[in-house]
Amino acid sequence: MRRTVTAAIACAWIAAATVASAEPPAGAAACSGCHPSSARGPSPVARLAGRDRAEIVKAMHDFRSGERAATVMDRIAKGFTDDEIQAIAAWYAEQK
Amino acid sequence: MKTDRRAFLKLGVAATAAAALCPLPARAQAGRPRVVVVGGGFAGASCARALRHTDPRIVVTLVEPSATFIACPFSNSVIGGLRELSAQQFTYEHVAADGITIVRTAATAIDASTKSVTLADGAKLSYDRLVLAPGIDIKWGALPGYDEAAAAVMPHAWRAGEQTLLLRRQLEAMDDGGLVVISAPANPFRCPPGPYERASLIAHYLKTKKPKSKLLVLDAKDAFSKQRLFQAAWAELYPGLLEWVPLSKGGNVTSVDAATLTLVTDFGKHQAKVANVIPPQKAGRIADAAGVADRSGWCPIDPVTFESKLQAGIHVIGDAAIAGAMPKSAFAANSQAKVCAAAVATLLAGSTPPSPKLINTCYSLVAPDYGISVAGVYQPTGGQLADVPGSGGVSPSDAPRETRKAEAILAEAWFHTITAEAFG
Repeated sequence: MRRTVTAAIACAWIAAATVASAEPPAGAAACSGCHPSSARGPSPVARLAGRDRAEIVKAMHDFRSGERAATVMDRIAKGFTDDEIQAIAAWYAEQK
Repeated sequence: MKTDRRAFLKLGVAATAAAALCPLPARAQAGRPRVVVVGGGFAGASCARALRHTDPRIVVTLVEPSATFIACPFSNSVIGGLRELSAQQFTYEHVAADGITIVRTAATAIDASTKSVTLADGAKLSYDRLVLAPGIDIKWGALPGYDEAAAAVMPHAWRAGEQTLLLRRQLEAMDDGGLVVISAPANPFRCPPGPYERASLIAHYLKTKKPKSKLLVLDAKDAFSKQRLFQAAWAELYPGLLEWVPLSKGGNVTSVDAATLTLVTDFGKHQAKVANVIPPQKAGRIADAAGVADRSGWCPIDPVTFESKLQAGIHVIGDAAIAGAMPKSAFAANSQAKVCAAAVATLLAGSTPPSPKLINTCYSLVAPDYGISVAGVYQPTGGQLADVPGSGGVSPSDAPRETRKAEAILAEAWFHTITAEAFG
């Protein structure tokens, strides 16, 4: 019994680890509705992939506090916690 | 180095032992997991692509009878003569190039117990998980007098294509001084701000080309999306031309007569020169056949995985889903598609999907250079997708014209980006 449980835990852990490496953190996938994921063609909206992590974090904080003028990003940034912003910024910084 | 290798070997042994004991899905053991996606709109196309992107081992089949997708967002600009329908059309060429098999026929039946989809030609597709993205169907019969024959005279234009062009041609053929009537349905329906953007852009057309005409919006509701922004813009841009009649003032259309272009309300009758009837809607018909729609006509889902609350192994995304606070919009459909794809991949790998966060942004044009927006952030709360407290909202009511201009430009940019992600 104990062996089965241990194996099951190992299984879940391995599966989670395999998927987690490719998966964006909560909220990150939604950004590409407006922020182009491909570099093709000009857009007035910034591409996020490969951007500096600290730069994304600062932009989100400034949008959230109202420090930086926005059209929709002030309303969207207010829906994310500091931890979520950190995770999203780190993930986008690693994308190409 | 030595320790690393030993640790690695240990992990390998653990993995083998785990694989031998774990109840992984049969397919995942025998071969690659199969996901069938039914419906190639913003939700379905985005989900099919996101599945391939998330886990290239998944065999993805997209069932879609049309060779060309015609987008609804910006189709009000086509009706108002500001844009051609060709700008709304997308093929599945690039979707197929991602390694997605496209089956160009309709799905007619679904058996959740044997996990199989029956196609119009009688062929069957087996799946490990199924994603339904059927969009909307018109609820024929819900509005007395409004059937498919009536829609050929009083277009709904709520599914883009021939209906969009029909409404545009009718406006172009109308003499100056005519009465145009739009009827807007009760909630819920596809694109909550859509009827009011349409009213705005038809008003813009009339103001520019047929200024003696009048536009009446008969509404089955007393409130609507971005209402204060729309009404402020109407007062500024279209005074005396556009009149909105809410439910409480007799706006609810109870029947129509296509022969005389008459819309009947509780308070009287309106005879139109051009009548655009936006009728009550429900989830696309395959939802009924699959048993995933409830009595409301829409599909209850789990807010983390988008799996149907009525049938295991079937996920529902986009307009067909009951997505709590999320509106039935293309942005929401695309946002849900990516969350659903990640959840399906995680479930196929035998794991539990994490709680997601979703976003919606809907732009509306009240004139070609005047845009307004509503945005929201959502998360599962108490079994529903709810607004994240303190987030979201509409454009400021006191914004200068430059902001309205900027939002009109951002609206167009959004359309390019989202259609590129789904179809480009």
